Parts: sequence; structure tokens; C-alpha cells
Amino acid sequence: MTAVQNMPSRDPGQDAACRSGQLIRERGQHEVFCGLTSIMWLHRKMQDAFFLVVGSRTCAHLIQSAAGVMIFSEPRFATAIMEERDLAGMADMHDELDRVVEELLQRRPDIRMLVLVGSCPSEVIKLDLSRAAERLNRRLAPRHRVLSYSGSGIETTFTQGEDNFLAALVADSGAQPTQAPPASLIIAGCLADVVEDQFGRLFRDLGIADVAFLPSRSSEALPAIGPDTRYILAQPYLGATAAALEARGAKRIDALFPLGEEGTTAWLKAIADSFGVAPALFNRITEAPRQRALSAMAHYRPWLEGRKIFLFPDSQLEVPLARFLYREAGARIVEAGSPYLHREHLAGELALLPDDAALSEGQDVDRQIDRCLAADPDLIVCGMGLANPFEAEGHVTKWSIEFAFTPIQGYEQAGDLAELFARPLMRDVILSGTRRPAPGGAA
Amino acid sequence: MKLSMWTYEGPPHVGAMRIAASMKGVHYVLHAPQGDTYADLLFTMIERRPSRPPVTYTTFQARDLAGSTADIFKTACREAVERYRPDTLLVGASCTAELLQDDPGGLARTLDVGVPVVPLELPSYQKKEHWGGAETFYQIIRTLAGNRERPADIAPNSCNILGPSALGFRNRDDVTEITRLLERNGLDVRVVAPLGATPADIARLPEAAFNIVLYPEIADTAARWLKKTYGMPFTSTVPIGVHATRLFLAEVRALAGLAEMDEGDDGTDRMTWYARSIDSNYLTNKRVFVFGDASHAIAAARIAAEEMGFKVCGLGTYMREFAREVRAAAADLGVEALISDDHLEIERAIIEARPELVLGTQMERHIAKRLRVPCAVISSPVHVQDFPARYSPQMGFEGANVIFDSWVHPLMMGLEEHLLQMFRDDFEFNDDAQASHLHAVSPSASPSASVAAEEEEAAPVPAQGTAEDDMALWTSDAEKELRKVPFFVRGKARRNTELFAESKGIHPITVETLYDAKAHFAR
Repeated sequence: MTAVQNMPSRDPGQDAACRSGQLIRERGQHEVFCGLTSIMWLHRKMQDAFFLVVGSRTCAHLIQSAAGVMIFSEPRFATAIMEERDLAGMADMHDELDRVVEELLQRRPDIRMLVLVGSCPSEVIKLDLSRAAERLNRRLAPRHRVLSYSGSGIETTFTQGEDNFLAALVADSGAQPTQAPPASLIIAGCLADVVEDQFGRLFRDLGIADVAFLPSRSSEALPAIGPDTRYILAQPYLGATAAALEARGAKRIDALFPLGEEGTTAWLKAIADSFGVAPALFNRITEAPRQRALSAMAHYRPWLEGRKIFLFPDSQLEVPLARFLYREAGARIVEAGSPYLHREHLAGELALLPDDAALSEGQDVDRQIDRCLAADPDLIVCGMGLANPFEAEGHVTKWSIEFAFTPIQGYEQAGDLAELFARPLMRDVILSGTRRPAPGGAA
Repeated sequence: MKLSMWTYEGPPHVGAMRIAASMKGVHYVLHAPQGDTYADLLFTMIERRPSRPPVTYTTFQARDLAGSTADIFKTACREAVERYRPDTLLVGASCTAELLQDDPGGLARTLDVGVPVVPLELPSYQKKEHWGGAETFYQIIRTLAGNRERPADIAPNSCNILGPSALGFRNRDDVTEITRLLERNGLDVRVVAPLGATPADIARLPEAAFNIVLYPEIADTAARWLKKTYGMPFTSTVPIGVHATRLFLAEVRALAGLAEMDEGDDGTDRMTWYARSIDSNYLTNKRVFVFGDASHAIAAARIAAEEMGFKVCGLGTYMREFAREVRAAAADLGVEALISDDHLEIERAIIEARPELVLGTQMERHIAKRLRVPCAVISSPVHVQDFPARYSPQMGFEGANVIFDSWVHPLMMGLEEHLLQMFRDDFEFNDDAQASHLHAVSPSASPSASVAAEEEEAAPVPAQGTAEDDMALWTSDAEKELRKVPFFVRGKARRNTELFAESKGIHPITVETLYDAKAHFAR
């Protein structure tokens, strides 16, 4: 199962045509969170939703440990823990689930949308949560809406939980009667509220109306989709969501992802072109924020320029992050790992990566660590389980999970994004007492 | 099915990982899907260890289910042995793999990996983390220390320390403290396990005279087996608190055939004197609610009652396995034990008990914070900050000193905060007043008419009932008068007055009612 296939990409797509760097496909131990963990930001984003994982004690332990800090004393997520009597057939699982849901709604009657989240064990025993959601919906709608999706680790990694959730939202909104006029543009992918607001203002200034964000902050503000709806991805991990949107007739706008000045401009430009915005207007509206992004970036470039960076697979943001690091910060990419490479959605990004950057899909963590140590990078971007052991061996690391939690998209965040990479390097200089010419303004 | 927002314990395979991660030369191959690797961060991030736990996960995926997940297990097993060359291999399944029934133990045996294999059957849907840890420790000992010849001449003062493990609450420092204490008492500590032990150390366990069970949650099963198999006695006192430490030493010395110790003060116990000092007077009969794993909860309750002069108003544990012991300890203290792993039920019990200090886990810390009650953590599950950089044992005399500090500080911080609240209308302490020592040079404070309003907003929200209800309950004069009552009895005064008013059908509460109630409840 762990055969490493070091081979040039054989895909006939654009990426293969543009780059000759090796593609490493691996199958082995993954050191990546499962899709359940996307609940951590989904429940903050959609403020009237409650996520009920139907799973095991492990699932419950996972989400509280991955939230790590256990920050919320009463979170908007919980686990319906399956016990032996459920599995042994001594209790009917659907009756049990109904009882748990009732208990939950009694405690939290404010829940507008209840989301049943499938896990590894519930998938393996083939507990049909979509049927459960339908049944509960019949009883609880319209006061509570009930949806389901799978965040199981046998099917999804980290951010793919969000993908499945959004796909479920799209499918559900098709089933709901709506008076709302269809959106002309849907921005798919969780963005921090502040980023969403910034983009909202830019769209307004560009004269693009009826823009909807998916997910919305409230379960009642879900966008309607019509024959003229176009959509663009704000996140690279939304394969299922894109398919669901297209099944409803929405058309994708292809672009780079809005990371850094270049990515944000390309992303906005693709939208503007699609809506026939005059280039002069586009330039006028984006000029000031572009300059701000560039000057914020300039602070951090000296820290990152020429640095060797190794990205372990985590959120599927790795390819756009590598593009940003290479193109805007002048960093050298040793390897960009991703749990999964969506070649079509990433075509533009892949074309901009340097030829000598290795790309890896999937993971065999032991071998990847070997490669990483052999390359001795200046900065390792990796998951929470790996970071401290690398630090203990004298390597500088960055937690990849922060790219999922921190606002990094758009012009105003370009500097913040660069800083996320630069800070561990700065800290290393401070702690190791290395005398290094102070880069302008960065220290 | 059980609704759970937070769980006190992880699944049993996490318990097994704690044992594997405690030891040297042990590797655990865990048949598990992607995502179960989260458990690594418990060790590398929460415990802040410099190495990954010695665990290889098979990471099977949905598409593998149609084929052979057993083959994936075998490959992972073979590669893990090749890469890590362990002296002992543990094999087992997580909850999802358990459903696949691949039998990791049987598969590993067919591989003939050349090292002892300990198959772990940890029923995920019945059992939990501590049970998994105890069972794993026991199985390792059975495999590696079974069928040994007990030497003929065993020094009577030789002992092993059993139970400390990775992710245990302050176990690292407890081992240091207790080992030092035992050695000072003429004991010869042979093996500490599982923390820091190798498989060879485990094989040497039967060569000591007796065992010290520091953490029954992990070591009880193993110690009983060692007693049954090799006739090794084991200790029953957990040395947390000054009294328990003395009892423990007496027990150990008796087991080792040493003379009784005269109760001389060796100068390391400061807790006893600090608790007697005049500034501790305000601790008298503080109402304390205790909840945690069995050993720490029982010990904390006894310290609270006997060594700190608190009043224990609640005692409980999330560990059903030790319900009997906790019930007995609670009965001694005149309270009814709370045996539950439902944090909502514990929250209700805490509200009901109206404690002035909560001693609990990370969950109770949240509950206490919401109720604005001071809190100290005494037991797992814990947060990264409960793995302090400093030396901070819980056991032995130094542990008692640490406990004194960590329980009293939250109460004192509460004291300071409340003093500031209490004196906020004082001419010297109000927000517009300048710092007295800066009088000559400080710029005049900006007038802030909104301060009062802000304070009202920031005022604690009552746990139950709305602010409006409370307003209506008290006249504004009575409310003002209540604020003159010193903070440390103010909560009690409020509750007593409200109880009194309710029983007499008085509404609203006036200044008069306040003092009537005070007289009524005076003892």
C-alpha cells in the first residue's frame, strides 16, 4: 500500500504541460485530520447551526482535542456516541438518534439548522443519516431544518468536511421552495466574516449585484440558484460543492485562489471579466488595496526570500500557498503536499509553481518525514501532531491548521498571510540569537 | 446512544497509546482510519512532548473496505517493525477497525515479526481511556513478566512504582518526588513503569519485594495480577496530601520491614503551617466541590476537609470503575458521591451545591468560569497549561505545598477582584482617581461618565433567571445595602435573604428584609 511512485505527472491536463516537477503519489499512514474537524470553523461561521456527529467516543474526543484548547464551554457541536447496545441491535439506532435529537433540541431550542454528521463507524455500519435527516425534517420542519453529510475519515480529510457540508446545503436549497431571487454570483467556501465583508464592498464598487456567500452566516440566508447563476470557489477543496452547484445549473468562473496580491487580483479579475466590468473601473477600484497588499508584503519578503519551505498535506490549501510563497515572497518550494489534488480547480495554480517543486498527493508520513529531513528546509509547514517533534530536532515549523482558521484571503490579509510564514523564522532568530541584518521594518 | 458535548475520557485505544508512549522500545500498530491520528497531538501538543508517540496507524479508507483491510494492517505492521525495530509490539484496533473484525492480534502472529507481540482487545463501545490504559499495562506485564522465576533472595526494601504514564496529571514530577521520598526512607526503587520503562524493565518486575501503586486507575489490574502470580504485596494509599503521605510512608515502611518512623518534621512540609497561619483564617469552612478521576478526587476531598479546613459540599468522579471507593470517601465526609460522566449533570450538581471553590478537571474549569466561582484543576482531562514547565508535583510533602498554592491562589485572586469591586465607590479607588503615588506627575484622568454604565454591562450575569427578575426581587436601596456586605459573604447573604423572603412571601426585598434574614440565619 505504501509504494511511492516518484514519477512525472502523467495527467494530460494543463499542470503536466506546464511543469516538470515530480509528482509523488503516496498511500500510507496519513497524519491529517478527518472531515469532522471542519465543524470547528463551520459552527462559528453559521451561527444558528448545530453539528451533531453520529459516531464513537473517539469522534467526541477528536473534536474536543482538535479544538484542543477546549475553548467553548457550551459548543454548538456534540456527539451522539454509539454504544454497544446500539451496535448489538439491542436498541434501534434510528429511535436512539431521534431520542438524542429530542434531548438536544430541548436543551438548545434556538437551533435553526441541525446537521447530522456521519463518521467512520456510522459509515461502516451503514447507518443512513440522510434517511434520518428526512424523517426528522418531516417532524421538526419548519422550526428546525435537518441536514446530513459525511465527515468520516475513511472518506474525507480535514477541509473536505466543509466540502460535503456545502454540497449538502446546495442539494437542500434545491429541495426548499424559495421566493428569493437567484443569486447572480455565489462565492463558495468559508471565509472569515471580515474577509467576506471586504469582498462584498469590492463587488459593490465593481457594480456586481446579488452576490451570495456559501455558507451564509445564517441558515436562513442560503442563496437560491438559477439558470444564470455563476459561482467561483474561494477555497480549493470544494470538489463536491462545485459538482453540486453545477448539477443545479450554476457555471464556474475559473481563477487562481484569492491568496496574496496576485491571487486576489486574478480572482477578482476573473469575476469582473465574467460580469463585463470595464477594465478601467476594475483598475480604479483595486488600485489602492493592491498597493496596500504589496507594501504589507514587502515587510516580510526579506524573511522569506530564498528560504526553502516544505509543506505537509493538510487543508488542500497547500498548492495556492506554495504559489503565493514562490511568486510573491520569493521562497523556494521543496515539496507541496496535499491530501488530494483537484487538477481542474488547481490548473492555474499548478501552472505557476516552479519546475523544481515536488508535489505530493496522499501521504505516507514516515517517508515524507524522511524526505523533509533530507531536504533540511528552512521552514516546515505541518500539522499539530508533527510540529513539536520537528521543533525538538531544531527545525522551524508553522502549524498548517492556522491557514484554515486565520483570515488570509484578499488584499488586506496578504501581509498577514506572509507574516504567518515569517513569524516562526523571526522567532528563531530571536531565540537563537543569530545576528542577521535586520530586514527593513520586519523586526 | 449518548449525547455528549465534552467527554472526560477518550476511547480505550488512547489509553493504550498512553502506555506505549510512556515506555521505551515499544511500538503500537493501530488499525484505524485517517483522522484517528489526531491522538498524536495529545502527546506532542497538549503534553508538549518532543517526539511523536510510537504509534503507526493503518489509515484505511472507504475504498479499502471492499478489498482487504487485513492486508493493509499486515503491511503497516511489517513496515513499522522494520522502521522502528521495537523490542515489543502492541497491536490493536480503534473503534472503526473493531467493526471490521480483522483481528490484529491474529494477523500479527502470522507475520512472525520476531519480537513479542501483545495483542490488545479494547472494546471501544463499552470501555474508556483509563480502562484501556490499565488493560494495556496489564497485558504487557503478563506477556513480558509472566512465567518468570522469582529470585530466592529478594531484598525486603526493594519495590517497583506502578502507574505513572504519559498524559497523566503531574505524573512526571510525582515520580521524582516519591522516588526521592522513598530513597530517603531507605527504600530501593527498582522499576518505575510504565513511565520510562523498557520491556526488559517490565520483565524485572517480579524481582522486587513489593509494588507501589501510585495511580490505581492505571496500575490496579497489574498490581493484583502480580500479587496473585508472584505474591507481591502492593500499597493502597495514594500519597497526595500531608496526612496521606505520612500514611503512605508508614505503609511502605511496614511492607519493607523497616522500623516505624518517628513523625519528625523534615522541613519540607510547609502546607501544614501555612494552613494554620492567621491569613489562612478566611479559608475556614469554604464550600468546596470536588470532581475528577477517582484517586485525585478522593485525595482532594480529604485534603480539603482535613488539611485546609474547607467544607466539602460535593464529591464525584467520572470513573464508574472506582465508584465504590469514591462513595466510601464521600460518605466519610457526609456528602453523597456523584458518579457520572455527563458534564451537564455535573454542572447541575455544582449549581445546586453553591460552592465557593471548585476543584475539578478542565470541564469543571469551564463550568466554574461560567458560574464565576474560583477553580483549580486537580485531575485529567486537562489543558496544555496543566503540564507546567516548573517542578509541580501533587504527591508527597512538596506536592502538598504545590496543592496549597494552587488551591488558595484562585481564592485570593477572587479576593482582590472583589476588593476592587467593593471599593469601587471609594474616594481613592474609583476609576477616576489618580494613582496615589503618581499624584504630582500623572495627567488627570479623563472624566468618564460612561464608566458606571460599562460596569453594569460587565457585571456578572446570574447563572439562572434574567437580570430583570433579580431587579424586581430587590429594591434598589436593598441592592445597594447588599453591596456593602463584604464580598466573601455577599453571595451567601443574597441567597439567604432570598430564601428568607421566599419563605415569608416578602416581595420586594428591602433593607429591612436583609437584616431580618441576617438575624434569622445567625448562628
